Amino acid sequence: MVAKTIAGKTVEVNEEGFMTNPNEWTEEIAVEIAKEEGIPELTAEHWKIINFCRQSAGTSGKAPTLRQITVGTGVSTKELFTLFPKGPAKKVARIAGLGKPEGCV
Amino acid sequence: MSDERKIAFICSKGSLDMALPALVMGWAALGNGIDVTIFFTFWGMDIINKNRVDHLEIAPVANTSMKMSMMGVPGNLGIPNIVGILPGMTAFATKLMKDKMKALEVPPVREYLQMLVDAGAKLYACKMSVDMMGLTKEDFVDGVIDIVTAGDFIDMTEGAQIIFI
Repeated sequence: MVAKTIAGKTVEVNEEGFMTNPNEWTEEIAVEIAKEEGIPELTAEHWKIINFCRQSAGTSGKAPTLRQITVGTGVSTKELFTLFPKGPAKKVARIAGLGKPEGCV
Repeated sequence: MSDERKIAFICSKGSLDMALPALVMGWAALGNGIDVTIFFTFWGMDIINKNRVDHLEIAPVANTSMKMSMMGVPGNLGIPNIVGILPGMTAFATKLMKDKMKALEVPPVREYLQMLVDAGAKLYACKMSVDMMGLTKEDFVDGVIDIVTAGDFIDMTEGAQIIFI
């Protein structure tokens, strides 16, 4: 684990770049990580997904899987893959300040 | 999360248990930004056949891995083949597996396939198998792009990691 400064705040991240303490996460950090992931601007639709992931992880302690996201938010698979192109599974979790999703579906 | 990594699956079996590997791994690959192509050949075409996709089954006969433990009986007790041949046993085993999948929030095969298509997976049917079984593109679920030859498949998967199931 290493300390990394994102959006002016020092947070702990693991070797894959996932934040290890969800409580250190802020919306500014999400915006910054999204840019790193090639998403220049977070729209309301992006936030709907990010907020769902935060809530879901708050209850279960784990980042939700892509299917849990589509079922939970009503956002379609197509939209999800358009909003977070080229690998939404890790991208969404990283931006939401969570660990890698653990489920397979 | 490489931009170049490509995975191609060849699905050659049409039983329920053999339909899942490409769906699960393909979905995981798409989620990680990897290009996915799936080629359905021979019995594997059941997975994309409109009339078959909701009725894929698993037979207990000659299935040495299917033990009573699936039904909660501890130990290594098998299901005798002579029991497996009784009418309704294949349907019973299939229902058991579908229930277990549902409990794990695994979607049914038709829905799973649609998820992969929506996420960008490219599905193709094998020309020789289609000709042999007298099928046409109309027999397949939406999302199957085309019926292609083995040579086409080899061309389109240049540089891909190929997994035969």
